[in-house]
Amino acid sequence: MKSFTRIETTLLPLDRTNVDTDAIIPQQYLKSVKRTGFGVYLFDNWRYRDPGVLGQDPRQRRIDPDFVLNQTTYKAAKILLARANFGCGSSREHAVWSILDYGFEVVISSSFADIFCSNSYKNGLLPVTLEEAAVDYLFKQVAQDPAFTCTVDLETQIVLDANDKEFSFEINEFHKYCLLNGYDEIDLTLQHADKIKLYEAELKQSCPWLFR
Amino acid sequence: MESSTLFDKVWSSHVVHERDDGMVLLYIDRHLVHEVTSPQAFEGLRLAGRVPWRKDSILATVDHNVPTTDRSAGIEDPVSRLQVDTLDKNCRDYSLTQFPMLDIRQGIVHVIGPEQGVSLPGMTIVCGDSHTSTHGALGALAFGIGTSEVEHVLATQCLLMKKSKNMLIHVEGRLPHGVTSKDIILAVIGRLGTSGATGFTVEYAGAAVRSLSVEARMTMCNMSIEAGARAGMIAVDDTTMEYIANRPYAPEGPLWDGAVAHWRTLHSDDDARFDAEVRLDVSLLKPQVTWGTSPEMVVDIDGVVPDDTNPDYRRALEYMDLQPGTPIEDIYIDKVFIGSCTNSRIEDLRAAANLVQDHTLAENIKLAMVVPGSGLVKQQAEQEGLDKIFKSAGFEWREPGCSMCLGMNSDQLEPGERCASTSNRNFEGRQGKGGRTHLVSPVMAVAAALHGHFIDVRKCVL
Ligand code: SF4
Repeated sequence: MKSFTRIETTLLPLDRTNVDTDAIIPQQYLKSVKRTGFGVYLFDNWRYRDPGVLGQDPRQRRIDPDFVLNQTTYKAAKILLARANFGCGSSREHAVWSILDYGFEVVISSSFADIFCSNSYKNGLLPVTLEEAAVDYLFKQVAQDPAFTCTVDLETQIVLDANDKEFSFEINEFHKYCLLNGYDEIDLTLQHADKIKLYEAELKQSCPWLFR
Repeated sequence: MESSTLFDKVWSSHVVHERDDGMVLLYIDRHLVHEVTSPQAFEGLRLAGRVPWRKDSILATVDHNVPTTDRSAGIEDPVSRLQVDTLDKNCRDYSLTQFPMLDIRQGIVHVIGPEQGVSLPGMTIVCGDSHTSTHGALGALAFGIGTSEVEHVLATQCLLMKKSKNMLIHVEGRLPHGVTSKDIILAVIGRLGTSGATGFTVEYAGAAVRSLSVEARMTMCNMSIEAGARAGMIAVDDTTMEYIANRPYAPEGPLWDGAVAHWRTLHSDDDARFDAEVRLDVSLLKPQVTWGTSPEMVVDIDGVVPDDTNPDYRRALEYMDLQPGTPIEDIYIDKVFIGSCTNSRIEDLRAAANLVQDHTLAENIKLAMVVPGSGLVKQQAEQEGLDKIFKSAGFEWREPGCSMCLGMNSDQLEPGERCASTSNRNFEGRQGKGGRTHLVSPVMAVAAALHGHFIDVRKCVL
């Protein structure tokens, strides 16, 4: 897995609440059997005016110039800033893959859906939860100055902005440790293979109907 | 012993290892697999030189991509076909049990698990699909996972998790005639909001829940995720046992007796503590209809499209092409979809067909389709003659799958079309780009199909 430590970058403001995974990446792209190449379909229904299909050349499509992703001002942003309940809906990891593939490394919101969060950690995308007031403040700063930057530091769990304002965020120690080191969870779990086997043997005794 | 909730009991009996940081290695009893969220997981497994840890814990099927029209010639769309073929190949390579497209047992993964007795009380059940919460109706801890987690479970039979909080939703009162468990769960979501249960495992309890069949309970647990909860659970009772008995993969003989003895313990203790409690009385509940682009945007059938200056509401109104103050009963529809893992089981089809009997679709309905949840549901319905009732009224009778719930196959809404749907999500573009979805119960969908607009099903002869 990709590791994450610290970035300093501009933000892309997506001023919407309840951004669901169908909006992040629509159903037709879930037909891919690959993990890569989803960036061009990120927010597809908002970004393009015509319906797209997997594998289509995005240059042939009609873009919606009003949608924030299509505004060159924010092209370099690596932080996606959004409102509450980001990533709600389905479990599709394609949502996280498309956000990463597009070039974002951090999503800041006042809340995230559970499955989206766990999918993020497993792919090296950092979801940062801040107070609603802080998110509001950041939206205002970006609106005033699109070149406004923030530093997100995972080690210290701090978002530091260009005005030297600081916001700390919470993250579970385990996820932090995996992200910082780019650890693969499967390897970590397999260190306990003996325990799993032991548990399984006992379960076979106590609940034999589970094994058929 | 300290008293515990149903969730506590199932969780603690599956802990393999607890880390100092509170993360738990949780053992997974059942892993359901479908074609959309598994290819990258199998690829990862293969690249790392690993193999599935416990093959007999896995059941795979194809549901999202499969056509619901004639299947004898295979899948026309090459991209969908590749995904389905990829699952077939992975199941062959690793000798996993799969119900492929032409197997009578094929169907929506959340319909076939319980139907086969593959999903059982007290189990931990996962699937790369957020509506895995459905199986919690059997007293299991069932939740959706992402593709990396699918790979993790394939490789280790475990997941690394932090225990969620626990919410009790206590539903009291007698459900009025014509009002269903779909209406209960829509009302719950309306009250909690789509993130109201984020971070919680929900248990549904109370007299109203006890009186429901297991299938109706599944409809409720199914939509737990629409309130933000990864899992929804219901305590085991006689209704649960009766449902499971004699299913193909259910235990038999002495194994059954042992299992039942264990399952009897699967309920929250009287004095168990929850992190949050919600109470709801359904004796006056009315049929529910969503008007917006989030399941929480829901009102009573005799209500109106609400007025709110909140920008999300404005956006939803614009997308749905609705004016505040419009009575719900004045909303005309173009299409009707009866199906999905929320409402495609035999009881749903029976209730729908019962109302259809001797009527025809309203003139303005361009398409009304009934998509059974599984091949076995379809077969059962045909044995009861339900297909004929639907067809003679003008409904299309289809092959089982997810279909227009998410429109990954060709079953989609055209831009601007309005649909009464028994599925679970009304997000923008969910049923096709520009499509407008209203979530309702199966009988409400039928009532709308026969009248051309939403109408309180209790005004129709029931
Ligand atoms: S029926 Fe709909 S919600 Fe259910 S598994 Fe299929 S796509 Fe998902």
